[in-house]
Amino acid sequence: MTDHAALVTDEVDQSRRKFLTRATVATGALGAVFAAVPFIESWEPSERARAQGAPVMLDLSKLEPGQMATPVWRRQPIYVVRRTPDMVARVAGHDGDLKDPNSEHSNQPPYAKNPLRSRSAEYLVLIGICTHLGCLPKQRFEKGEIYPSWPGGFFCPCHGSRFDLAGRVFEGSPASINLNIPAYSYPNPTTLVIGQDEKGAA
Amino acid sequence: MVVHGAAAAAAPAKKGLWAWVNKRLPVSEFISEQLTGYYAPKNFNIWYFFGSLALVVLVLQLVTGIFLTMFYKPGELTSFDSVEFIMREVNYGWLIRYLHSTGASAFFIVVYLHMFRALLYGSYKAPRELLWLFGMAVYLALMAEAFMGYVLPWGNMSFWGAQVIVNLFGTIPALGPPLVEWIRGDYGIADATVNRFFALHVAAIPLALLLLVALHLVALRRTGSNNPDGIEIKEKLGADGKPLDGIPFHPYYTVKDVVGVGVFFVLFALIVFFVPTFGGLFLEAPNFEPANPLSTPEHIAPVWYFTPYYAILRAVPDQRLGALFMLLAVMSFLFLPWLDRSPVKSMRYRGWMSRTALALFTVSFVALGYLGLQPAEGLYVALARVFAVIYFLFFLLMPLYSSLDPVKPVPGRVTFHAH
Repeated sequence: MTDHAALVTDEVDQSRRKFLTRATVATGALGAVFAAVPFIESWEPSERARAQGAPVMLDLSKLEPGQMATPVWRRQPIYVVRRTPDMVARVAGHDGDLKDPNSEHSNQPPYAKNPLRSRSAEYLVLIGICTHLGCLPKQRFEKGEIYPSWPGGFFCPCHGSRFDLAGRVFEGSPASINLNIPAYSYPNPTTLVIGQDEKGAA
Repeated sequence: MVVHGAAAAAAPAKKGLWAWVNKRLPVSEFISEQLTGYYAPKNFNIWYFFGSLALVVLVLQLVTGIFLTMFYKPGELTSFDSVEFIMREVNYGWLIRYLHSTGASAFFIVVYLHMFRALLYGSYKAPRELLWLFGMAVYLALMAEAFMGYVLPWGNMSFWGAQVIVNLFGTIPALGPPLVEWIRGDYGIADATVNRFFALHVAAIPLALLLLVALHLVALRRTGSNNPDGIEIKEKLGADGKPLDGIPFHPYYTVKDVVGVGVFFVLFALIVFFVPTFGGLFLEAPNFEPANPLSTPEHIAPVWYFTPYYAILRAVPDQRLGALFMLLAVMSFLFLPWLDRSPVKSMRYRGWMSRTALALFTVSFVALGYLGLQPAEGLYVALARVFAVIYFLFFLLMPLYSSLDPVKPVPGRVTFHAH
């Protein structure tokens, strides 16, 4: 009885209570963070979306010089342009008008980080989504099509961004970087695989 | 029967169901504290209609929205068709949908006028800072709600609007691209995106909105309403302890607000029945075509209530800075209570500096709203830059001009002429 009475006391060990309260709150908060993970992760692309995002193939033998094909990869139109020698020549000569002529701040695989931004001079492969806010740039391949000194390229109708025939952005455009380039490879000379290169699938 | 306690002795008389309920739920206390015993300034003018109207539109949106969910099917294959089904085959579906789409624009009209009232009479100033912040939180939640609601019909403008707005998050350094993929739940705006926007639009954000509106009202009850004279009526009490310049909210202002609601619904019905698209301002023409990920509309413009900010976004010739300035333009309002150093609340007693600043700001906001609807080229962009600068100077220079402003003396009592 006396032992019991000693336990029931009005005195409160405040520091002990404070420590226990803090420890409980900290554990609970940590638990809440862990419990949030499945809910946050559920918003990531589902397995089905990932499977549908697998690499896609394009038969290049059907593409005439100067033509553009737009296969869809991961819900994005991919611009595949078979550039004529004249179009390749028109990529040069206006580096001073570009925001990022050497693609230092742009997104592309290492094999596309060159003035023509491609593995081979002939084929240009771009993600056809404006790096400004995601509209589809339209093809304006002809010389002087927009203004007399226009060397040919792409024009975004939404906010007026302009890109050359290597997808490099011109000064005065709201877009700040060049058009993005996906991973791609040629398993044989007439086949293009988008979304896969030597390093594997993107 | 023995009655215990002073409270019970004070109001013991009533019997029956009313007394039975009140013993268990404080209904009569609530009515007397919040309605018949809540004193509001007696000099409210037409600007004071818009708070109660916002509440009415909220209820309208909830009711019409609940009925729309009964027929709408979210999904990239079903969204557009189910909206057309509502418009053509559901009995009165066209009316319910037009009430909801017009309600969205009405909500912003009412909220913008409500906010302008606060700017006009300094309603955000101490002690109403939290009231203002809760109101701003309601405004931000409303913007998210309206944006996601606009995506649901899955028209081509829905799709490309979603593309542009979601990509704004991509401008955040490093975190941006994975964040955008997380928001979309796919490599593009897709089925996953429209489904989660539906969940947020019909459940998550409305719940948050109701909570924020409740907090806004609780904060209002704590400080009491401001008024066109910007005088604290609680400082002049009568012998009965009630504000001399106050009148009970019910019946005086409930009756007045009902008149406002009547006028509002006349105008609202005119739009719903005769010009539901409002010439492309409330519902844009490209949205009557299904979403097409491979075809951007020639000219993308958001619905009118976002265009002032959209004009600022496009006026900046840099992607990241543009998004940042757009965000700043929205958030600037949050800092008003601390930017405004004027000793006077209401424009009635402020000098030419504050008046000029507010006039220029209002013109800029409306002009930016117009320019955001126009293509981003030439003179439109140049003008948007000029007005964007004025827009930000209104906030940036406020500490300066509001303290230098030659103010007039504020009377002790509100100005009021009985009719």
